[in-house]
Amino acid sequence: MIGEGIQSTNQRKHSYVQDRVEVGFFTDPSVCIGCKACEVACKEWNQVPDDGFTWSGNSYDNTGHLGASTWRHVMFLEQDRQKGNQITGPMGLTEAEDPFRWVFLSDVCKHCEEAGCLEACPTGSIVRTEVGSVLVQNDVCNGCGYCVVSCPFGVIDRRPEPLPDAGGAFKCTFCYDRQKSGLVPACAKVCPTESIVFGRLDDLRARGAERVQQLQQSGYNDAQLYDPTETSVRGIHAFFLILGEPEAYGLPPKPQIPTIYLKSAWTSAFATAIASLIAALAAFAFFS
Amino acid sequence: MTSNSPSEKRLEELREQAWKDGVVPGKGVDVAGGPIPRQPGYYGQPVVKPPVWTWEIPFYFFIGGAGGMSAVIASAAFTFHHVDLARAAMWLAAAGSILSPILLIMDLGRPRLFINMLRVFKPQSAMSMGVWILVMFITCVVPGLIALELHALQVFTGPMDQLLRIAASFLIFGSAIFGMLLATYTGVLIGATAIPAWFLHRVLLPIHFGTAGLGSAAALLELLGHRIAALNALGYYAAAVESALLIWLSVDKHGAADRAIHEHASGWLIRIGEILTGPLALVLRLFSLVPFAAISFLIGALVSRFGWIAVGKVSGSDPESVFAAEHY
Repeated sequence: MIGEGIQSTNQRKHSYVQDRVEVGFFTDPSVCIGCKACEVACKEWNQVPDDGFTWSGNSYDNTGHLGASTWRHVMFLEQDRQKGNQITGPMGLTEAEDPFRWVFLSDVCKHCEEAGCLEACPTGSIVRTEVGSVLVQNDVCNGCGYCVVSCPFGVIDRRPEPLPDAGGAFKCTFCYDRQKSGLVPACAKVCPTESIVFGRLDDLRARGAERVQQLQQSGYNDAQLYDPTETSVRGIHAFFLILGEPEAYGLPPKPQIPTIYLKSAWTSAFATAIASLIAALAAFAFFS
Repeated sequence: MTSNSPSEKRLEELREQAWKDGVVPGKGVDVAGGPIPRQPGYYGQPVVKPPVWTWEIPFYFFIGGAGGMSAVIASAAFTFHHVDLARAAMWLAAAGSILSPILLIMDLGRPRLFINMLRVFKPQSAMSMGVWILVMFITCVVPGLIALELHALQVFTGPMDQLLRIAASFLIFGSAIFGMLLATYTGVLIGATAIPAWFLHRVLLPIHFGTAGLGSAAALLELLGHRIAALNALGYYAAAVESALLIWLSVDKHGAADRAIHEHASGWLIRIGEILTGPLALVLRLFSLVPFAAISFLIGALVSRFGWIAVGKVSGSDPESVFAAEHY
């Protein structure tokens, strides 16, 4: 944590994998400076290929969105709202209110408590690790694409040709390889402001709640935690503090795991199947 | 400066005032592409990911649906001693059971690893269940067809032929069970996803896919020359159900959440598909234009499968669709 130097959970060695402790990320935009070091560290450590570069025109965000070759994504929000108790008004020359704020948030795979991609995977390629994260085993994935439409956050995607390892589904691995060796995930390790905090999930949740309180006391009235514990996703292991509404960050306000739709869909399928069989038998019984 | 747009005029006023007074109070103008975007969500970026599937998947939905329901017709025909029709239907089912896995494997990102699908049996994954349904379908259809042909061609005599007849009836019944699931599970496959326009219609989709499969199987058999009343009745049944679904779709609207079904090119594919399988096929049958009704139904069934995948792509790319789906 900030001020703890090398004793911070972002810096010190750990044995969470061996101890089977649930870990997570807490990402806090109120201290993010938009440096994108997390994006770079993630790409470098995980050898995620270059998937092209285009000027988006959307603030300083030329990354776009999370995908098969983007596992950390720093969002740049430009909003006509007050940030904390900042002084507003056009350059202080008049009394007219013209608030403006710039918010940065590093988006990542949420590592859901109930993960849509994991449930949907027909090869068993996607697994839950000892630390509670969701991992795609690249050598098992055959690229069926079903996880892509089963993720309520639009995180996982199939990597297109001609990139290396094309055809498979990819997303954040929570640096499982680093964690096995007691290292901190690359993005958290490099974050210069500890906007990304890595640590025990219970610690982080307490810290998140505390931070929201702190910000609200300092005038950030719209600070809240984004951790959908009351939906069928039942909470996320990489959760966020957000200023304002989740929609502005492209986050679904009520994400649901698609398996909740199975019961009604299968009931309909069985009913249709039986009806078709009865229709066929009846047709031959009465019309021949 | 030559533009007459309101924002351009306001800009001109601001410039004049700035020139005169040195200071301009109040708000300026929002310029297109200006710093504060007016797009929904985060710069209009998709919230969920649209499906990556290409033409193979809707084509598989069509082939698998028609093949699976052919086995149902074969089972009914065999039960009521229409052996020639049962043979034709089993050939169709076998053709479907061979083409289906080929199409599915072609769509994989890594076709050589397709066998990994058979590592696990996962009831909570419609994709996994579909794979096992397809495996069981092939396992029943291919030996079922062989047994039926050997029996029908009287290759063996006496107890061996009796044995073949019994084996054929069991295998054809098995084919019908897995065939009817093959034709309907595809609705569950896309219905149980995070794509709003799909999951909002998760009850309709299996009915549509299953019935379109049944109608396609009957239509194909009619086009192969089996013009019997039973198939005509099944044609009526499928067209009537599809007409009802057309009404259901036009009544059961969910605003921005499923507008991909009613707008854009994807909406047109759905509409054309539903009209060809529903009212048009029904009317053509009423006028005894059976081959035309069959062709109309087949084209409609194929178009609407492509339509539903297109709907998924449009709905999945539309952030407002996800935000609006919260309310349902």
